Amino acid sequence: MTITMHWHDWLALLAQYLMLSMLSVSGAITTVPDMHRYLVDQHGWLTEAQFTSSVAIAQAAPGPNVLFVGLMGWNVGLNAGGGIGAGPHAWLLGLFGLAVTMVGIMVPSTTLTYFATRWGHRNRERREVRAFKQGMAPVVVGLLIATGWVLAAGNVTAGVPAWRLWLLTAVTALIVWRTRVHLLWLLGAGALLGAFGLV
Amino acid sequence: MQLLAPDAATATDRPRPRSPRDLFVSFTWLALQGFGGVLAIVQREVVEKKKWLTPEEFLEDWAVAQVLPGPNVINLSVMIGDRYFGVRGAAAALAGMLTVPLVVILALAVLYAHFAGNPQVAGALRGMGAVAAGLIAATGIKLIPALRRLPLGFGLSLAIVAVVLAAIAWLRIPLGWVLIVVGGVACGETWRRLRPVKGPAP
Repeated sequence: MTITMHWHDWLALLAQYLMLSMLSVSGAITTVPDMHRYLVDQHGWLTEAQFTSSVAIAQAAPGPNVLFVGLMGWNVGLNAGGGIGAGPHAWLLGLFGLAVTMVGIMVPSTTLTYFATRWGHRNRERREVRAFKQGMAPVVVGLLIATGWVLAAGNVTAGVPAWRLWLLTAVTALIVWRTRVHLLWLLGAGALLGAFGLV
Repeated sequence: MQLLAPDAATATDRPRPRSPRDLFVSFTWLALQGFGGVLAIVQREVVEKKKWLTPEEFLEDWAVAQVLPGPNVINLSVMIGDRYFGVRGAAAALAGMLTVPLVVILALAVLYAHFAGNPQVAGALRGMGAVAAGLIAATGIKLIPALRRLPLGFGLSLAIVAVVLAAIAWLRIPLGWVLIVVGGVACGETWRRLRPVKGPAP
C-alpha cells in the first residue's frame, strides 16, 4: 500500500499519539481501539492487516507490549515511502514513523509519571487519589474487553469463515481466564492453526 | 492484621542497583524475557531475585504506576530508576526497557514483511492475532471479580464496564470523550461514596 504523508500529516500523527499517551490509563493497549479508529478508519494510513499484525508481532515478541505502537508508526512510514521494497528511502521513513509514534506515546505519560510519582506515593491515602484509582477501575476493565473485541473484529478477512476466528479468540480468552497456561503456547497454537489455514 | 514494617536492620544495607548502567542492563534483560507482557518478569526479577523492592513496596508502586497514564511496566521502571539515581536512573531504566526490544521487534517486522505474501505466514499471524485478542479480553475479564470490592458496588461497576464496551467497540466513540464522561462520572461517584464517616450512622 502507498499513501502520501505531508508534514502536517506527521504532525497530526504526533499530536494524536501525544494525546493518546495522556489517555492511556492502565497501558497503551487500552487505546488500541482509538488508534484503529484514527489510523485505519479515518485516515486510511494503515491496512487492517498491518494494524492487527503490528499488535500480534508485539505480543509474540519479547519486551513491553507498547512496542506495537512503534510498529504502527514504522508501517505508516513504509506506506508513505512506497512499501518495504522501495529501498532505503522507505526504510528511513519507516524509522521516522517509528520515532514519531514512540515519542508521542512515551513522552507525556513518562514525564507525568516522573513528576507525579513522589506526590502520589506520599498522598496515596487522600480521598481524591483513592477516588481516581478506584473509580477508573471499571472503565479500565471495559477498555480491555473492548480492545479484545476490536482486535478480533479486525482479524476477520475474506477467505476464512469469520466464526472460526471469533471462536479462537473466545476459546483463548476462556483458557487464559480459567488456567495458567503460558501465553507462548497459546500464541504458538494460534500460529499453527493459521498456518494450516484452519483459522 | 499484621503490619509489615520494613526491617530497620535490612533497610540500610539491602540490595540496590549499583549504577545507572546496572539498571539499564537489568531492565534490558528482564524486558527480553517478557513474552506477552513484562509485569510478571519484573516482579520475579526485581522483588524475588534482586530484592531491590519488598513485595509491599512493589504493590504500592504498582498501584501508582497503574493509576497514571502510560504503559504500567514502563511507568514502574521509571519510578524504580528515579528512586535510586534520579533522572539518570529513570532514563537508564526506560532505555533498558525499550532499546534492545525495539531492535528485536523491528527485525521481526522486517522478516514478517519479507514473507507476508506467503499464505502460511499470513495465516500464522492471523491466528496469533486472534489469540492476542483473546489474551487482552481475558485480562479484562480476570479483573471483574476485583470490582466487587470497589466503593461503586458490583452492579454499578458492571454497568460502567458495559457502557464503555458499547461506546468503544460498537459505537466507536473517541476514547477521550468516553474517559471524560464515563470516567468522570465513575470517579465523582466514588469520591462521593468515599466520604469519611463522622460519628455513628443514624
